Amino acid sequence: MYLARVVGTVVATRKDDRLEGCKLLVVQPLDERGRPGGPCAVAVDTVSAGPHEVVLVVTGSSARMTSRTKDSPCDAAIVGIVDTVAIDGAAPWGPATESGSTPGRSGPDGRSAR
Amino acid sequence: MNLARVVGRVVSTHKDSGLAGSTLLMIQPIGPDLTARGRILVATDAAGAGAGEIVIYIRGREAAFASLPGFVPTDAGIVGVVDEISSRGARS
Repeated sequence: MYLARVVGTVVATRKDDRLEGCKLLVVQPLDERGRPGGPCAVAVDTVSAGPHEVVLVVTGSSARMTSRTKDSPCDAAIVGIVDTVAIDGAAPWGPATESGSTPGRSGPDGRSAR
Repeated sequence: MNLARVVGRVVSTHKDSGLAGSTLLMIQPIGPDLTARGRILVATDAAGAGAGEIVIYIRGREAAFASLPGFVPTDAGIVGVVDEISSRGARS
């Protein structure tokens, strides 16, 4: 799994039947300090992530192991929304560490129940 | 299976139900000489590893097998905590 930031959405009307109803997001991989690096990927969103959120992305056949993506032709899935990342010897970072923000309320669309 | 050092942890309140209860750790892959190799990744912990410990981890779908009978969407899983490594006659 790797950390990534949601940087875009993908709209695809014609797609495999088993991808019907799946939200497709563009994710930018992040390193352990939150710095972007590496090529972006398209991932199926299973946790209702919002734009700019830091998320956990699982790749390969493991991406099919969520209830949302079971038997789907997908190789990348967003399986978690990150609150904080703590690296030994460094200050934690993530939405929950930023002022004025609490876990579960970081979505720009005002979602509050998680 | 590969070696890695636990370098941090990830807190995620809202995650796939299959990951509920799983500990998510940041691990730095290392070689037998304990030097860093490659990018840090996020792994589920099935062995009760702690900060700074050297662990064995597996990649790919097999990582989920460590949590059977659970159905965990993970592609990297810690399956053991290393006590000792002996490599090319040197111990560490």
